[in-house]
Order: sequence, then structure tokens, then C-alpha cells
Amino acid sequence: MSQDWPLFEVFIRSRAGLEHKHVGSVHAADTRMAIEHARDVYTRRQEGVSIWVVRSSDIVASDPQEAEALFEPARDKVYRHPTFYAIPDEVKNL
Amino acid sequence: MSALPAGAAPPEAHFRYVLRLADTSLILGQRLAAWIGHAPALEEDLGLANLALDLIGQARLLLTYAAELEGRGRDEDALAFLRDAPEFSNLALAELPNGDFGQTIVRQWLLDAWQLEMYEALAASSDPRLAAIAAKALKETRYHYRFSSGWLVRLGDGTAESHARVQRALDDLWRFTTEFFTPDEIDTHMHALGVAPALAPLAARWAQRVAADLAAATLRHPQTQPYPWHGKRGVHTEHLGHLLSEMQHLPRSYPGVQW
Repeated sequence: MSQDWPLFEVFIRSRAGLEHKHVGSVHAADTRMAIEHARDVYTRRQEGVSIWVVRSSDIVASDPQEAEALFEPARDKVYRHPTFYAIPDEVKNL
Repeated sequence: MSALPAGAAPPEAHFRYVLRLADTSLILGQRLAAWIGHAPALEEDLGLANLALDLIGQARLLLTYAAELEGRGRDEDALAFLRDAPEFSNLALAELPNGDFGQTIVRQWLLDAWQLEMYEALAASSDPRLAAIAAKALKETRYHYRFSSGWLVRLGDGTAESHARVQRALDDLWRFTTEFFTPDEIDTHMHALGVAPALAPLAARWAQRVAADLAAATLRHPQTQPYPWHGKRGVHTEHLGHLLSEMQHLPRSYPGVQW
């Protein structure tokens, strides 16, 4: 039965102030059911305070074939990492 | 269990009142738990199990309190596992078989809507312990109702077959709702003490909510029918004994057994 239902990707915000993170997927007949299924499957142990669901078919993904073109050019640009700064001792949470 | 005996002390009525609430949650939770491993989808399996665990959790709080009110040395386990069917005082609807998924949903939705009204009112009870339990259970019940009313609309307004099945379940189960808001001496007595709400205003709100959901689900509102069962007074269908034989088998066969 659930195989007849569309797939939804589930994103959970674990605490206020943090971002939603992808945690998995559920089958559901509609968005309301998708929220309920996500709640029942992924927040049983107090994992979340907010849920997003989105139809998997609505997600546009990058093509693995293009991975080199998309991601390789960043490899030799280490200067983009903020590792060349001396961090003052007073700054705790950088 | 007969009606409140003439001249019974108030604690006896208080005990029985809390016991009724406990028993409805316990028996409905036990019924729902039987879906585990059999629900139409993995996600529904977890969903129904979550509802069952909420209900059994409510039953534990209420049974523990009832046992204290009774004051005869019984605890929650003795009340759950060592009473026979006529001593149970759950609403009869809770004990009816699961049937197909549609029947389970109709039973759940009718009882969720009832619990919503009851817990909302009991959260303002003059009994602080009962008010606290009701406030906690109310949050759970709001989700249960969201779940079951969503499914009612989905099935009622779904395919021709799902509509027909849910309508049949509704027509079969409707007569068991008469008991929900028909007060007896215990209800009246506890209301006079401020512990329990008056049932008439709750009945009106319940009827309004149920009618709105039925309209959304394109289901026909059943006619009220004569009602021979009085679960809260211990008059049950034949289904409760079978349920108890399964639920109570282990603690009765091995008294005092520990997990």
C-alpha cells in the first residue's frame, strides 16, 4: 500500500535556532499524512521541534556526471577557508 | 459492576469515576496494540503504536490514582490484570474488535473526539491530580484526533470502496456513542463535587465536531439507535472477555512475574 504513495523527504529542526536537517523519507498519500508519518517515524525520541516535508520528486539534484565540473574547481582554492586568521582568545564560539 | 450503592461514601464514587477513564484508555490502547506488525504501511504501524502507548500511559497514571483512591492495597497492575470483565468500566466502544483499518479509524475518531471534550473539561477539575493527568493527556489526544479525523476524511472522501467500508463501520459503531454523554449517579455526583464536568454541554460540542467531520468526509450521519450496552457500568459486549484473556494471560499464569 505505502508503495503506491509518493515519497516525501523529511527535514527536522532539532532545537530552536538550529537549521532543519535531512533525516530520511516517508511514503504518504498527502502532505498532512506526510507530516504525521514524519512525526511518528522520526521524532519518537524528542528529536525535533519542527518538521518540513517535501515531495522527493520536487527536489532538483545535481547530476553526479557533472561532479567534476561543479566541485573540482574549489579544490585548489584553500585561501577560501578562514584558516589564515589569528583568532583572539576572547572569541569563544567561532 | 452495579450502580453506586445507596449511601456509598464519596471516595467510592471518586474511585469509580477515575477507573472509568482509566479503563477506556487501557482497553483502547490494548486494541490498537494488536495492529503492530499488521498495519497497512510501516508508517501507520508506528503511528498506531504511538497512539496505543499514549493511551496505555494515560491508563497507568489513572489506574495508579484510582488504586490510591480505593485504598485497599491494589496497585495499577492489580487493577489492570486481576479484574474480570464485569469489573471493567470502559466505554463499550473501546472494546469492539479492530475490524478492518476503516473500522479501527472510525472507532478511534469517535473516542478521540470524546476524550478531547472530556480531558479539556477535566483539566479544570477541582481535583488537582485529575486535572494534571487530563492536561497531559489532552496534548496527546489532540494529536490522536488529528490523526484519526485526517484518516476519516481521507477514507470517506476516497475511493468508492473506502467510502463504503467506512460508512458501514460508522453505521455499526454509532449506537455505542449513546453511552458517551449519558450521565448516571456517579457522573452526577462527581459533577456536584466539581470533579467532573456536566456532560450536556460536552455532548453538544462533540456532536458539532463529529457532524462537521462527517460532512468533510462525505459520510452520511447515522441515526441514533437504542442502546443495550453500558460499559461504564460493567455491562459489556462478548468481546471484552476475549481481549482480557489475552491481555491478562501472563500475569495470571505467573503471579508476580517480573519483566
